[in-house]
Amino acid sequence: MSQPESKDPGKIVDHLFRHEAGKMVAVLTRMFGFSNIEQAEDVVQDTILSALHVWKFGKIPENPSAWLYQTAKNKAIDMLRRQQVKHKIDSEIAYLLKSEYTLAPTVSEMFTENEIQDSQLRMMFACCHPSISPELQISLILKTLCGLSVKEIANAFLTNEETIGKRLYRTKEKIRNEKIPLEYPGAEAMPSRTASILKTLYLLFNEGYNSSHQERLIREDLCEEAMRLALLLAENEKTSLPETHALLALMCYHTSRFNSRLDDKGMIILLKDQDRSQWNKFLITKGNEYMERSASGTNVSDLHLEAAIASIHANAMHYEQTDWKSILRLYDVLLSRTDNPMVSLNRAVVCAEVQGFETAISLLEEMKGLTENCYYNTSLAEMYLNIGNKTEAKKLLGKALSLTSSNAEIELIRKKINLCR
Amino acid sequence: MEKFLYLFRGGMSENIGQSAEAMQAHMQKWMGWMKTLESKGVLVGGEPLDPKGMQLSGVNKTITDGPFVEAKEMVGGFLVVKAKDIHEAAELAKGCPILEVDGKIEVRPIQKMDMPK
Repeated sequence: MSQPESKDPGKIVDHLFRHEAGKMVAVLTRMFGFSNIEQAEDVVQDTILSALHVWKFGKIPENPSAWLYQTAKNKAIDMLRRQQVKHKIDSEIAYLLKSEYTLAPTVSEMFTENEIQDSQLRMMFACCHPSISPELQISLILKTLCGLSVKEIANAFLTNEETIGKRLYRTKEKIRNEKIPLEYPGAEAMPSRTASILKTLYLLFNEGYNSSHQERLIREDLCEEAMRLALLLAENEKTSLPETHALLALMCYHTSRFNSRLDDKGMIILLKDQDRSQWNKFLITKGNEYMERSASGTNVSDLHLEAAIASIHANAMHYEQTDWKSILRLYDVLLSRTDNPMVSLNRAVVCAEVQGFETAISLLEEMKGLTENCYYNTSLAEMYLNIGNKTEAKKLLGKALSLTSSNAEIELIRKKINLCR
Repeated sequence: MEKFLYLFRGGMSENIGQSAEAMQAHMQKWMGWMKTLESKGVLVGGEPLDPKGMQLSGVNKTITDGPFVEAKEMVGGFLVVKAKDIHEAAELAKGCPILEVDGKIEVRPIQKMDMPK
């Protein structure tokens, strides 16, 4: 996923502005206090504009990030000196910003690597506070930590700017009103608060991975951002829990298939039919590494189980060599602790590989509340097709067709319907 | 070959409110255009200008602090290029991405100070 730095001196690293914007907003918000987040965003916007203005004449500084930080520092100091910060600064370092003796050194200190990382983590804890709904959390993360604009977020979620704007406003209000601090939770709350960040990053990743968005770049972007933030958690000892590594393992395994899931025309290729030589070996190896690191402590989380399932798939040389029995066992454990219908659905699909299509069909037919789910209908149709019941399969596929708006899915379902003739 | 001056106006304020990614993409276009000029061997030099500045005027040598005009009219930078004539210089300027963000380019021949031909 991560690209090597470009050798072309006329080109800067992909997403540099965006990623640095995310870092600088986190740092400045920590400095100015959350009530001044808009001003922090303005300073960052201004900093990036300055870079654009100067660099476009052809000279990229040797250390572009340092250039940006220095510019942001100068602007922030200027702003603090002129007392132009709108709301009262309520950060824990407020008193250091008041005196000329400590102002500049404090601001400089905030822009060192450790403090930048620290600020990003604090921001993550604030964004993922349990009192904020996951949907709102994701929007705020993308805006503040990933440097996406309202328009880009709206585009990623196939909605309009107004909706996202309102969402962000509501979230910021909530953080202000509930006085959610930009601080680490105490040692006791740390595991559960970290778990809630992991859950949000997992959702963000799935948003990208399973999205029906036409533009592949946007989907990849969301996955990459989720991974980048998960990595940040893994690199910090406070948040580097076994679950953190399990999530990273899961993400690595999934992204290793990113390029094999769709053909040149954007058609979906099922796991069974994917060219496994195209799977990204580097990411699978990385996944295995994280998997190993996740295996400490006594707690087996849902993430562990999901990563273990993904690991079996990723490490099977051929579809036929997949260790379905182990996968089924893992699903059994998952199912014993959740009532998520999607888990039952996936388990039933695996069941077909172990116990045959007839068993899977009866399992699927017994399930309730999924008849309006596209994947449910296509999975059941697939089972019927396999036992030669084309009439039933065709009926289900027709239903599935009415439940998706994704072109890739529509194409795939049409292809299946043709097999029912 | 004659020398020509490009004066860039505007094109910055239009970028305000743009996403970081969009600004990076815009910058990348500039780099591409500068590279084209350089590979054609016509680029002499150029620099961006800071909007702040000073202005001196009158026998009293009064100094005023800038900026002096609104953002879209301000000269944000300059380039010097070589071209056969003004038309070729103007043609070369067409590739500049500032035109995509509502900016303007003024092309001016740099006059020689020796005897006119």
